[in-house]
Amino acid sequence: MCDTCGCSITEGNRHLIDEGGKHEHSGAVEVLSNLLHENNHTAAHNREHFDRHHVLTINLMSSPGSGKTALLETTIEQLGEKYRIGVIEGDLETENDAARIRAKGVPAVQIMTGTACHLDAHLVHSALHDMNLDEIDILFIENVGNLVCPASFDLGQHYNVTLLSTTEGDDKPAKYPVMFRAADAMLITKSDLLEVLGDFDPQKATQYLRNLANPAEVMTLSARSGEHIDLWIEWLQKRFQEQQQRIAGGETRRPAIQADGIALHAAR
Amino acid sequence: MHELSICQALVDQLEGIAAQHPGKQVAEVYLGIGPLSGVVPQLLNDAFSVARAGSCADAATLHIHESEIIVRCLSCGKQSPATANRLLCSHCGEWQTELVSGDELLLERVELEAFEQSGESSQKYH
Ligand SMILES: Nc1nc2c(ncn2[C@@H]2O[C@H](COP(=O)(O)OP(=O)(O)OP(=O)(O)O)[C@@H](O)[C@H]2O)c(=O)[nH]1
Ligand SMILES: [Mg+2]
Ligand SMILES: [Zn+2]
Ligand SMILES: [Zn+2]
Ligand SMILES: [Zn+2]
Ligand SMILES: [Zn+2]
Ligand SMILES: [Zn+2]
Repeated sequence: MCDTCGCSITEGNRHLIDEGGKHEHSGAVEVLSNLLHENNHTAAHNREHFDRHHVLTINLMSSPGSGKTALLETTIEQLGEKYRIGVIEGDLETENDAARIRAKGVPAVQIMTGTACHLDAHLVHSALHDMNLDEIDILFIENVGNLVCPASFDLGQHYNVTLLSTTEGDDKPAKYPVMFRAADAMLITKSDLLEVLGDFDPQKATQYLRNLANPAEVMTLSARSGEHIDLWIEWLQKRFQEQQQRIAGGETRRPAIQADGIALHAAR
Repeated sequence: MHELSICQALVDQLEGIAAQHPGKQVAEVYLGIGPLSGVVPQLLNDAFSVARAGSCADAATLHIHESEIIVRCLSCGKQSPATANRLLCSHCGEWQTELVSGDELLLERVELEAFEQSGESSQKYH
Protein backbone atom coordinates (compact mmCIF):
# COMPACT_ATOMS: atom_id res chain seq x y z
CA MET A 1 0.00 0.00 0.00
CA CYS A 2 1.22 3.49 -0.57
CA ASP A 3 0.34 5.45 2.52
CA THR A 4 1.57 8.74 1.23
CA CYS A 5 0.65 8.91 -2.42
CA GLY A 6 -2.64 10.68 -1.71
CA CYS A 7 -4.17 8.83 -4.60
CA SER A 8 -7.67 8.96 -3.20
CA ILE A 9 -7.84 12.58 -2.25
CA THR A 10 -10.50 14.35 -4.23
CA GLU A 11 -12.13 17.72 -3.92
CA GLY A 12 -14.99 16.04 -2.15
CA ASN A 13 -12.91 14.69 0.70
CA ARG A 14 -9.88 16.96 0.75
CA HIS A 15 -11.23 18.80 3.79
CA LEU A 16 -10.76 15.66 5.86
CA ILE A 17 -7.04 15.81 5.13
CA ASP A 18 -6.78 19.58 5.45
CA GLU A 19 -8.53 19.58 8.79
CA GLY A 20 -6.65 16.84 10.48
CA GLY A 21 -3.81 15.95 8.19
CA LYS A 22 -3.13 12.32 7.47
CA HIS A 23 -2.92 11.20 11.01
CA GLU A 24 -3.17 8.37 13.36
CA HIS A 25 -3.91 8.64 17.04
CA SER A 26 -4.31 5.95 19.62
CA GLY A 27 -6.21 3.27 17.79
CA ALA A 28 -7.94 5.23 15.03
CA VAL A 29 -6.22 5.28 11.67
CA GLU A 30 -7.30 7.77 9.01
CA VAL A 31 -6.72 5.91 5.79
CA LEU A 32 -8.51 7.56 2.85
CA SER A 33 -7.47 5.03 0.29
CA ASN A 34 -9.48 3.67 -2.58
CA LEU A 35 -10.87 0.22 -1.89
CA LEU A 36 -9.45 -0.87 -5.23
CA HIS A 37 -6.08 0.62 -4.47
CA GLU A 38 -4.09 -2.53 -5.31
CA ASN A 39 -5.99 -3.01 -8.54
CA ASN A 40 -5.37 0.60 -9.51
CA HIS A 41 -1.64 0.26 -8.92
CA THR A 42 -1.47 -2.87 -11.05
CA ALA A 43 -3.50 -1.09 -13.74
CA ALA A 44 -1.00 1.79 -13.76
CA HIS A 45 1.76 -0.80 -14.06
CA ASN A 46 0.00 -2.46 -17.02
CA ARG A 47 -0.33 0.94 -18.66
CA GLU A 48 3.42 1.42 -18.32
CA HIS A 49 3.93 -1.89 -20.13
CA PHE A 50 1.63 -0.77 -22.94
CA ASP A 51 3.28 2.63 -23.27
CA ARG A 52 6.80 1.23 -23.19
CA HIS A 53 5.87 -1.05 -26.08
CA HIS A 54 4.02 1.70 -27.98
CA VAL A 55 0.77 -0.25 -27.75
CA LEU A 56 -2.69 1.35 -27.84
CA THR A 57 -5.05 -0.57 -25.52
CA ILE A 58 -8.84 -0.48 -25.83
CA ASN A 59 -11.25 -2.03 -23.32
CA LEU A 60 -14.53 -3.19 -24.90
CA MET A 61 -17.51 -3.43 -22.57
CA SER A 62 -21.18 -4.30 -23.11
CA SER A 63 -24.02 -6.62 -22.12
CA PRO A 64 -23.60 -10.25 -23.15
CA GLY A 65 -24.05 -10.66 -26.90
CA SER A 66 -23.95 -7.01 -27.98
CA GLY A 67 -21.44 -7.84 -30.68
CA LYS A 68 -17.98 -7.31 -29.16
CA THR A 69 -16.37 -10.34 -30.80
CA ALA A 70 -18.12 -9.68 -34.13
CA LEU A 71 -16.80 -6.11 -34.07
CA LEU A 72 -13.29 -7.41 -33.40
CA GLU A 73 -13.54 -9.87 -36.29
CA THR A 74 -14.54 -7.06 -38.67
CA THR A 75 -11.87 -4.75 -37.26
CA ILE A 76 -9.20 -7.40 -37.88
CA GLU A 77 -10.43 -7.85 -41.46
CA GLN A 78 -10.17 -4.10 -42.06
CA LEU A 79 -7.01 -3.23 -40.16
CA GLY A 80 -5.11 -6.51 -39.83
CA GLU A 81 -2.76 -5.67 -42.69
CA LYS A 82 -1.91 -2.22 -41.44
CA TYR A 83 -1.60 -2.82 -37.69
CA ARG A 84 -0.49 -5.78 -35.65
CA ILE A 85 -3.52 -6.53 -33.51
CA GLY A 86 -3.71 -8.61 -30.32
CA VAL A 87 -6.72 -9.56 -28.20
CA ILE A 88 -7.27 -10.48 -24.58
CA GLU A 89 -10.60 -12.24 -24.19
CA GLY A 90 -12.42 -12.30 -20.88
CA ASP A 91 -15.09 -14.96 -20.58
CA LEU A 92 -16.72 -16.79 -17.70
CA GLU A 93 -16.30 -20.29 -19.06
CA THR A 94 -15.21 -20.88 -22.62
CA GLU A 95 -12.34 -20.40 -25.11
CA ASN A 96 -14.82 -19.77 -27.94
CA ASP A 97 -14.18 -16.07 -28.45
CA ALA A 98 -10.38 -16.51 -28.46
CA ALA A 99 -10.79 -19.28 -31.03
CA ARG A 100 -12.86 -16.94 -33.26
CA ILE A 101 -10.10 -14.31 -33.06
CA ARG A 102 -7.29 -16.81 -33.73
CA ALA A 103 -9.20 -18.01 -36.78
CA LYS A 104 -8.60 -14.50 -38.16
CA GLY A 105 -4.84 -14.99 -37.73
CA VAL A 106 -4.46 -12.74 -34.69
CA PRO A 107 -2.94 -13.76 -31.33
CA ALA A 108 -5.53 -14.06 -28.57
CA VAL A 109 -5.17 -14.91 -24.90
CA GLN A 110 -8.27 -16.19 -23.17
CA ILE A 111 -8.81 -15.37 -19.52
CA MET A 112 -11.43 -17.62 -18.02
CA THR A 113 -12.75 -15.69 -15.07
CA GLY A 114 -14.80 -18.57 -13.63
CA THR A 115 -17.14 -17.00 -11.10
CA ALA A 116 -15.75 -13.47 -11.42
CA CYS A 117 -18.00 -11.44 -13.67
CA HIS A 118 -15.34 -8.89 -14.63
CA LEU A 119 -11.69 -8.62 -15.53
CA ASP A 120 -9.29 -6.99 -13.10
CA ALA A 121 -5.82 -5.55 -13.53
CA HIS A 122 -4.11 -8.62 -12.04
CA LEU A 123 -5.81 -10.99 -14.50
CA VAL A 124 -4.75 -8.75 -17.37
CA HIS A 125 -1.20 -8.55 -16.04
CA SER A 126 -0.91 -12.35 -16.01
CA ALA A 127 -2.34 -12.52 -19.53
CA LEU A 128 0.39 -10.11 -20.66
CA HIS A 129 2.96 -12.77 -19.83
CA ASP A 130 1.48 -14.89 -22.62
CA MET A 131 1.62 -12.06 -25.09
CA ASN A 132 4.55 -10.45 -26.91
CA LEU A 133 3.79 -6.74 -26.76
CA ASP A 134 6.73 -6.04 -29.10
CA GLU A 135 4.67 -7.61 -31.84
CA ILE A 136 1.47 -5.67 -31.15
CA ASP A 137 0.31 -2.17 -32.13
CA ILE A 138 -3.31 -2.26 -30.96
CA LEU A 139 -4.43 -4.47 -28.09
CA PHE A 140 -8.13 -5.04 -27.51
CA ILE A 141 -9.40 -6.32 -24.22
CA GLU A 142 -12.87 -7.84 -24.59
CA ASN A 143 -14.30 -7.60 -21.09
CA VAL A 144 -16.84 -10.06 -19.70
CA GLY A 145 -20.32 -9.32 -21.07
CA ASN A 146 -21.78 -7.43 -18.10
CA LEU A 147 -22.94 -3.83 -17.70
CA VAL A 148 -22.50 -3.73 -13.94
CA CYS A 149 -19.05 -4.32 -12.61
CA PRO A 150 -16.37 -4.09 -15.33
CA ALA A 151 -16.44 -0.28 -15.14
CA SER A 152 -15.18 -0.35 -11.55
CA PHE A 153 -11.91 -2.06 -12.43
CA ASP A 154 -9.21 -0.16 -14.26
CA LEU A 155 -7.16 -2.57 -16.36
CA GLY A 156 -4.53 -0.18 -17.66
CA GLN A 157 -6.37 0.55 -20.92
CA HIS A 158 -6.17 3.94 -22.65
CA TYR A 159 -9.80 4.01 -23.76
CA ASN A 160 -13.12 2.46 -22.80
CA VAL A 161 -15.44 1.65 -25.66
CA THR A 162 -18.98 0.68 -24.66
CA LEU A 163 -21.27 -1.16 -27.07
CA LEU A 164 -25.04 -0.87 -27.00
CA SER A 165 -26.85 -3.07 -29.48
CA THR A 166 -30.10 -2.08 -31.13
CA THR A 167 -31.74 -5.19 -29.65
CA GLU A 168 -31.34 -3.65 -26.19
CA GLY A 169 -33.31 -0.62 -25.06
CA ASP A 170 -32.12 2.85 -26.06
CA ASP A 171 -32.41 3.82 -22.36
CA LYS A 172 -29.56 1.50 -21.28
CA PRO A 173 -27.28 4.50 -20.51
CA ALA A 174 -29.87 5.73 -17.99
CA LYS A 175 -30.17 2.28 -16.42
CA TYR A 176 -26.42 1.64 -16.19
CA PRO A 177 -24.97 5.11 -15.58
CA VAL A 178 -21.74 3.85 -14.02
CA MET A 179 -20.84 1.87 -17.13
CA PHE A 180 -21.88 4.47 -19.71
CA ARG A 181 -20.31 7.38 -17.83
CA ALA A 182 -16.98 5.59 -18.26
CA ALA A 183 -17.25 5.34 -22.06
CA ASP A 184 -14.76 7.23 -24.24
CA ALA A 185 -16.83 6.15 -27.23
CA MET A 186 -20.25 4.53 -27.48
CA LEU A 187 -20.97 2.18 -30.37
CA ILE A 188 -24.58 1.48 -31.22
CA THR A 189 -24.17 -1.95 -32.82
CA LYS A 190 -26.33 -4.12 -35.10
CA SER A 191 -27.63 -1.06 -36.97
CA ASP A 192 -28.79 -3.44 -39.72
CA LEU A 193 -31.62 -4.37 -37.33
CA LEU A 194 -32.81 -0.81 -36.71
CA GLU A 195 -35.50 -0.97 -39.35
CA VAL A 196 -36.78 -4.39 -38.34
CA LEU A 197 -36.95 -3.47 -34.68
CA GLY A 198 -38.34 0.01 -35.14
CA ASP A 199 -38.23 1.02 -31.49
CA PHE A 200 -34.58 1.83 -30.92
CA ASP A 201 -33.81 5.51 -31.40
CA PRO A 202 -30.06 6.26 -31.66
CA GLN A 203 -30.73 9.93 -30.87
CA LYS A 204 -32.46 9.01 -27.64
CA ALA A 205 -29.59 6.74 -26.67
CA THR A 206 -27.21 9.63 -27.34
CA GLN A 207 -29.35 11.97 -25.24
CA TYR A 208 -29.27 9.52 -22.32
CA LEU A 209 -25.48 9.45 -22.66
CA ARG A 210 -25.29 13.27 -22.60
CA ASN A 211 -27.46 13.24 -19.45
CA LEU A 212 -24.49 11.50 -17.84
CA ALA A 213 -22.38 14.53 -18.76
CA ASN A 214 -20.52 12.33 -21.19
CA PRO A 215 -19.38 14.01 -24.44
CA ALA A 216 -18.15 10.72 -25.95
CA GLU A 217 -18.40 10.18 -29.68
CA VAL A 218 -21.35 7.98 -30.68
CA MET A 219 -21.14 5.74 -33.78
CA THR A 220 -24.07 3.71 -35.09
CA LEU A 221 -22.74 0.75 -37.05
CA SER A 222 -23.10 -2.87 -38.06
CA ALA A 223 -20.43 -5.54 -38.09
CA ARG A 224 -22.75 -7.65 -40.25
CA SER A 225 -23.60 -5.23 -43.05
CA GLY A 226 -20.45 -3.16 -42.63
CA GLU A 227 -22.47 0.07 -42.34
CA HIS A 228 -20.40 2.89 -40.78
CA ILE A 229 -17.60 0.54 -39.83
CA ASP A 230 -15.40 3.11 -41.58
CA LEU A 231 -16.23 5.64 -38.81
CA TRP A 232 -14.98 3.20 -36.19
CA ILE A 233 -11.84 2.36 -38.18
CA GLU A 234 -11.12 6.06 -38.55
CA TRP A 235 -11.71 6.65 -34.83
CA LEU A 236 -9.27 3.84 -33.98
CA GLN A 237 -6.57 5.10 -36.31
CA LYS A 238 -6.82 8.60 -34.84
CA ARG A 239 -6.49 7.19 -31.33
CA PHE A 240 -3.48 5.15 -32.45
CA GLN A 241 -1.74 8.23 -33.85
CA GLU A 242 -2.48 10.20 -30.68
CA GLN A 243 -1.09 7.38 -28.60
CA GLN A 244 2.19 7.44 -30.54
CA GLN A 245 2.39 11.23 -30.10
CA ARG A 246 1.75 10.93 -26.38
CA ILE A 247 4.45 8.31 -26.00
CA ALA A 248 6.90 10.50 -27.92
CA GLY A 249 6.06 13.30 -25.46
CA GLY A 250 6.45 11.03 -22.44
CA GLU A 251 2.74 11.13 -21.60
CA THR A 252 0.04 8.57 -21.11
CA ARG A 253 -3.74 8.58 -21.05
CA ARG A 254 -6.31 7.06 -18.80
CA PRO A 255 -9.97 6.58 -19.73
CA ALA A 256 -11.98 9.75 -19.33
CA ILE A 257 -13.82 8.83 -16.18
CA GLN A 258 -12.92 6.27 -13.60
CA ALA A 259 -13.63 5.35 -10.06
CA ASP A 260 -12.57 7.90 -7.53
CA GLY A 261 -8.91 8.61 -7.13
CA ILE A 262 -7.46 6.79 -10.07
CA ALA A 263 -6.99 10.02 -11.94
CA LEU A 264 -4.69 11.29 -9.24
CA HIS A 265 -2.66 8.18 -9.33
CA ALA A 266 -0.15 7.83 -12.10
CA ALA A 267 2.46 10.51 -12.69
CA ARG A 268 1.00 13.75 -13.93
CA MET B 1 -20.89 -9.96 -7.69
CA HIS B 2 -17.92 -7.63 -7.66
CA GLU B 3 -18.74 -6.52 -4.12
CA LEU B 4 -17.01 -9.69 -2.93
CA SER B 5 -13.83 -8.87 -4.88
CA ILE B 6 -13.94 -5.38 -3.43
CA CYS B 7 -14.36 -6.72 0.11
CA GLN B 8 -11.44 -9.08 -0.38
CA ALA B 9 -9.34 -6.08 -1.42
CA LEU B 10 -10.64 -4.24 1.66
CA VAL B 11 -9.68 -7.10 3.97
CA ASP B 12 -6.19 -7.12 2.42
CA GLN B 13 -5.82 -3.43 3.25
CA LEU B 14 -7.09 -4.06 6.79
CA GLU B 15 -4.55 -6.87 7.22
CA GLY B 16 -1.84 -4.42 6.19
CA ILE B 17 -2.98 -1.88 8.77
CA ALA B 18 -3.36 -4.48 11.54
CA ALA B 19 0.14 -5.78 10.80
CA GLN B 20 1.48 -2.34 11.72
CA HIS B 21 -0.26 -2.56 15.11
CA PRO B 22 0.80 -5.78 16.79
CA GLY B 23 -1.63 -7.15 19.36
CA LYS B 24 -4.58 -5.28 17.92
CA GLN B 25 -7.50 -6.28 15.81
CA VAL B 26 -9.84 -4.23 13.66
CA ALA B 27 -12.97 -3.12 15.51
CA GLU B 28 -14.64 -0.52 13.30
CA VAL B 29 -14.29 0.13 9.58
CA TYR B 30 -15.62 3.33 7.99
CA LEU B 31 -16.24 3.49 4.25
CA GLY B 32 -17.41 6.33 2.03
CA ILE B 33 -19.38 5.06 -0.95
CA GLY B 34 -20.91 7.15 -3.72
CA PRO B 35 -23.92 6.19 -5.87
CA LEU B 36 -21.70 6.36 -8.96
CA SER B 37 -19.02 4.04 -7.56
CA GLY B 38 -20.80 1.04 -9.04
CA VAL B 39 -21.07 -0.57 -5.62
CA VAL B 40 -24.28 -1.34 -3.76
CA PRO B 41 -23.81 -0.66 -0.02
CA GLN B 42 -26.12 -3.48 1.06
CA LEU B 43 -24.28 -6.01 -1.12
CA LEU B 44 -20.96 -4.69 0.17
CA ASN B 45 -22.18 -5.20 3.70
CA ASP B 46 -23.25 -8.78 2.97
CA ALA B 47 -19.99 -9.54 1.19
CA PHE B 48 -17.98 -8.16 4.08
CA SER B 49 -19.33 -10.76 6.49
CA VAL B 50 -18.01 -13.43 4.10
CA ALA B 51 -14.69 -11.79 3.28
CA ARG B 52 -13.68 -10.92 6.85
CA ALA B 53 -13.96 -14.52 8.16
CA GLY B 54 -10.70 -15.66 9.70
CA SER B 55 -9.00 -12.29 9.13
CA CYS B 56 -7.89 -9.55 11.52
CA ALA B 57 -11.30 -8.01 10.90
CA ASP B 58 -13.28 -11.08 11.93
CA ALA B 59 -15.07 -9.14 14.67
CA ALA B 60 -15.21 -5.79 12.89
CA THR B 61 -18.28 -3.68 12.27
CA LEU B 62 -18.64 -2.02 8.88
CA HIS B 63 -19.99 1.53 8.71
CA ILE B 64 -20.92 2.78 5.27
CA HIS B 65 -21.48 6.46 4.71
CA GLU B 66 -23.21 7.12 1.41
CA SER B 67 -22.13 10.32 -0.25
CA GLU B 68 -24.25 12.65 -2.35
CA ILE B 69 -23.82 13.35 -6.04
CA ILE B 70 -22.67 16.92 -6.62
CA VAL B 71 -21.74 18.29 -10.04
CA ARG B 72 -20.03 21.51 -11.10
CA CYS B 73 -21.27 23.16 -14.27
CA LEU B 74 -18.66 23.78 -16.95
CA SER B 75 -20.79 26.61 -18.28
CA CYS B 76 -22.00 28.67 -15.27
CA GLY B 77 -19.51 27.30 -12.75
CA LYS B 78 -22.10 26.63 -10.05
CA GLN B 79 -22.44 23.41 -8.10
CA SER B 80 -25.67 21.49 -7.71
CA PRO B 81 -26.92 18.14 -6.45
CA ALA B 82 -27.75 15.60 -9.17
CA THR B 83 -28.99 12.04 -9.61
CA ALA B 84 -27.02 9.13 -11.04
CA ASN B 85 -28.54 9.26 -14.51
CA ARG B 86 -29.10 13.03 -14.77
CA LEU B 87 -25.83 14.77 -14.07
CA LEU B 88 -27.09 18.11 -15.37
CA CYS B 89 -26.62 21.56 -13.89
CA SER B 90 -29.79 22.45 -11.99
CA HIS B 91 -29.07 26.18 -12.37
CA CYS B 92 -28.76 26.52 -16.14
CA GLY B 93 -29.62 23.03 -17.44
CA GLU B 94 -26.23 22.50 -19.10
CA TRP B 95 -25.25 18.82 -19.51
CA GLN B 96 -21.52 19.39 -19.55
CA THR B 97 -20.61 19.14 -15.90
CA GLU B 98 -17.88 17.56 -13.85
CA LEU B 99 -18.39 15.42 -10.80
CA VAL B 100 -17.41 16.98 -7.47
CA SER B 101 -18.50 13.98 -5.42
CA GLY B 102 -20.55 10.82 -5.80
CA ASP B 103 -18.15 8.19 -7.15
CA GLU B 104 -16.23 7.54 -3.93
CA LEU B 105 -15.09 4.06 -3.07
CA LEU B 106 -13.06 4.92 -0.03
CA LEU B 107 -11.69 3.31 3.07
CA GLU B 108 -11.86 6.37 5.31
CA ARG B 109 -11.00 5.23 8.82
CA VAL B 110 -10.19 2.15 10.82
CA GLU B 111 -10.42 1.72 14.58
CA LEU B 112 -8.39 -0.92 16.32
CA GLU B 113 -8.78 -2.55 19.70
CA ALA B 114 -6.64 -4.87 21.79
CA PHE B 115 -7.16 -8.53 21.00
CA GLU B 116 -8.41 -9.70 24.40
CA GLN B 117 -11.12 -7.12 24.82
CA SER B 118 -14.67 -7.96 23.93
CA GLY B 119 -16.69 -5.58 21.81
CA GLU B 120 -18.47 -4.18 24.86
CA SER B 121 -15.51 -3.07 26.92
CA SER B 122 -13.33 -2.05 24.02
CA GLN B 123 -12.09 1.49 24.08
CA LYS B 124 -13.42 3.62 21.26
CA TYR B 125 -11.63 6.63 19.88
CA HIS B 126 -12.96 9.64 17.98
N1 LIG C 1 -27.76 -8.58 -37.07
C1 LIG C 1 -26.57 -8.47 -36.51
N2 LIG C 1 -26.14 -9.41 -35.64
C2 LIG C 1 -24.93 -9.26 -35.07
C3 LIG C 1 -24.10 -8.17 -35.35
N3 LIG C 1 -22.95 -8.29 -34.63
C4 LIG C 1 -23.08 -9.44 -33.90
N4 LIG C 1 -24.28 -10.02 -34.18
C5 LIG C 1 -24.80 -11.29 -33.62
O1 LIG C 1 -24.99 -11.14 -32.22
C6 LIG C 1 -24.64 -12.33 -31.54
C7 LIG C 1 -23.59 -12.04 -30.48
O2 LIG C 1 -22.43 -11.53 -31.10
P1 LIG C 1 -20.99 -11.60 -30.42
O3 LIG C 1 -20.04 -10.87 -31.29
O4 LIG C 1 -20.65 -13.00 -30.07
O5 LIG C 1 -21.30 -10.77 -29.09
P2 LIG C 1 -20.35 -10.57 -27.81
O6 LIG C 1 -20.64 -9.20 -27.29
O7 LIG C 1 -18.94 -10.87 -28.17
O8 LIG C 1 -20.93 -11.68 -26.83
P3 LIG C 1 -20.29 -12.20 -25.42
O9 LIG C 1 -18.81 -12.28 -25.60
O10 LIG C 1 -20.94 -13.49 -25.20
O11 LIG C 1 -20.70 -11.15 -24.41
C8 LIG C 1 -24.15 -13.30 -32.61
O12 LIG C 1 -25.20 -14.14 -32.95
C9 LIG C 1 -23.78 -12.38 -33.76
O13 LIG C 1 -23.89 -13.01 -35.00
C10 LIG C 1 -24.57 -7.19 -36.31
O14 LIG C 1 -23.91 -6.19 -36.62
N5 LIG C 1 -25.81 -7.39 -36.83
MG1 LIG D 1 -17.60 -12.16 -27.22
ZN1 LIG E 1 0.22 5.29 -5.44
ZN1 LIG F 1 -2.20 4.69 -3.90
ZN1 LIG G 1 4.62 -6.31 -15.13
ZN1 LIG H 1 -17.88 -8.57 -11.46
ZN1 LIG I 1 -24.87 25.73 -15.07
